[in-house]
Amino acid sequence: MTMVIQTALTIGGAGLACGGLLALAAKFLAVKEDPRIEEINGILPGANCGGCGYAGCAAYAEAVLLKGAPINLCAPGGAEVLGHLADITGETAKVAEHKVAIVLCGGDVSYAPRKFDYNGVADCRAAQATGGGDKSCSYGCLGYASCSHACPVGAIEMVNGIAKVHRDLCISCGSCIRTCPRHLIKMVPYARTIHVMCSSKDKGPVVKKACKVGCIGCTICTKLAENESIKMEGFLAVVDYDKELDNDAVIEKCPGKCIVRI
Amino acid sequence: MGFIKAKFNAPGGVHPAYHKDLAAEQPIAEMPLSASLVVSMSQHLGKPAAPTVKKGDSVLRGQVIGEAAGFISAAVHAPTSGTVKLVADVATAAGPRATAITIEPDGEDTWVEGITPCPDWHQQDKKEIVEKIAAAGITGMGGAGFPTHVKVSPPPDSEIDTLILNGAECEPYLTADYRLMLEKATEIWQGALIIAKALDAKTIYVAIEDNKPQAIAAMQEALPAEVGDAQVVALKTEYPQGAEKQQIFAVTGREVPAGGLPLNVGIVVENVGTTLAVWDAVVNGRPLTERVTTVTGGPVAKPGNVLARIGTSCADMVEFCGGTEGPVAKIISGGPMMGFAQADMSGPTTKTTSGLLLLDPTSVHAYESMPCISCGRCVGVCPMNLMPNELSQFLEAEDYETAEAYNVMDCIECGCCAFECPAHRPLVQHMRRGKAQVMLNRRKQAS
Repeated sequence: MTMVIQTALTIGGAGLACGGLLALAAKFLAVKEDPRIEEINGILPGANCGGCGYAGCAAYAEAVLLKGAPINLCAPGGAEVLGHLADITGETAKVAEHKVAIVLCGGDVSYAPRKFDYNGVADCRAAQATGGGDKSCSYGCLGYASCSHACPVGAIEMVNGIAKVHRDLCISCGSCIRTCPRHLIKMVPYARTIHVMCSSKDKGPVVKKACKVGCIGCTICTKLAENESIKMEGFLAVVDYDKELDNDAVIEKCPGKCIVRI
Repeated sequence: MGFIKAKFNAPGGVHPAYHKDLAAEQPIAEMPLSASLVVSMSQHLGKPAAPTVKKGDSVLRGQVIGEAAGFISAAVHAPTSGTVKLVADVATAAGPRATAITIEPDGEDTWVEGITPCPDWHQQDKKEIVEKIAAAGITGMGGAGFPTHVKVSPPPDSEIDTLILNGAECEPYLTADYRLMLEKATEIWQGALIIAKALDAKTIYVAIEDNKPQAIAAMQEALPAEVGDAQVVALKTEYPQGAEKQQIFAVTGREVPAGGLPLNVGIVVENVGTTLAVWDAVVNGRPLTERVTTVTGGPVAKPGNVLARIGTSCADMVEFCGGTEGPVAKIISGGPMMGFAQADMSGPTTKTTSGLLLLDPTSVHAYESMPCISCGRCVGVCPMNLMPNELSQFLEAEDYETAEAYNVMDCIECGCCAFECPAHRPLVQHMRRGKAQVMLNRRKQAS
């Protein structure tokens, strides 16, 4: 019996002593953290998409308070999160323009065929490194869904062999942009609906051979579009998203049928 | 004094069917000039050369048309005399685009002025030799295309004691180096002496796989009397004996440290074709404007070893070899293990095109890739002692950090693992992509 009591006392005593030490340590060795960091972290969407340029929501919350990062970088959070952040930090900032990703290629398998049988890793970056990719057009969407896999919210769907962004789901984090080996994905203002769905820098005859809906560099749209809102970059018409463009004529007159309204 | 057998053998390796009989007995045949030559500015590792001519210019054979754009870069010369028709981006054999200069030959094939032969190369000092090699635009002609002048000018604190001439030619089907050793043994030895002088290397080995006894005999017979310590070494026939690090181990027993270079263990390895080009540059003063390419495979009517100007289109080469008989299922620039599959035959040849291989439908299989069954056969055959099974799964999950910790960067992309994999996993492709991504991440971290 004595042994039982002794054991209970020893173990219990040791437990109490350790507990006391821990309590003291928690009091005297505590790291003083701004309680607002945890608060901001709670407000942020928690998608950890990295669109703000920091390694996840917690890192951004810390950066806002300690490194003076702008409070309007969280695109998924939008105006609501910005309002909360302004209340907490006392800073003011304009809501960043709502942007969404778009894949500037309309050449699906019915328009731009494959030039050889690719039987490798189903990943655009791997396909690109195999003879420059199996797509007839050397600038177009390869269709192996690297962007779709990278999207944290599942906003990119593969339709007929090319990637399409669902603009209402896109949280504009930019993850897809970083994975596309052909640099086809751009961030464009949500309000804009007219796009040149082609990224081929090839000359007209080459484009025509490769794809039925490619920009052949005819320059008709640049003449129709008001105040240079479509410009030529080499043999490719490119929309200047800083300038207004709302002109159905450019869509109707495009001989390549690559200007579309989304 | 006979040849010696290699004392060592690198780990791993496989034994693919060699198919060398198709072209091995065909002497090197010089091909007539094509109607147009497309000369890429990116025929080597490192920065592409900067074009120095424009559309409409007339050029002479051997004239510089692309200047080396940095230390690790190489000059590019006009392969014949004629007119520049076009300067535009063209896809290279490996995929990415690079500027290329299209030349329409005038048929005269006039050499540029200033080509001065120098039969007694002994008079030239080390610096002159290296300068001549750089001016001739010589790159490694075995496949990787590392600029040779960089290899022969090691940093001053490194001491090179051994030069190994790589005549293993372990890639199936290819016989270009084999034919060179049979037909140009004396010149190759002279080239070796020139490189050894530039490097101050005391010992020269010529490494040849033991399935090429004629090449071993030819190189043995041509062994110059003036050379002190030189040996022909017979390697066990096994792929990849031609890989630099594996060959160094097989010949000398020295191991190149992970991430290191052969010069870390005092060795430089040069391909026999490169060595011949060095001889041509230093003794005849001629820049690199042509190379021997093996055109082979089932559908080729008359497989052979073709001496063609750089920039000759693959289609012209096949035409020279009698065209094709029967259907072609796959076109490969280089050998079947490490070459690059091509979509068509329109591409031009470069300084590194060691072979052009056409395969018929019966030799091409489109396997379906399955999940890893953890059999470990890839681990057994990997000559770098890596674990392709684990690595490929990390890379599939895009876990580049773990892949780096498992030394994905040491992969030499020889293809033994994929050759052996019973689940037909595209292992080399995973590695290649993984290496590219790790490099990208490292650069990002550094900036």
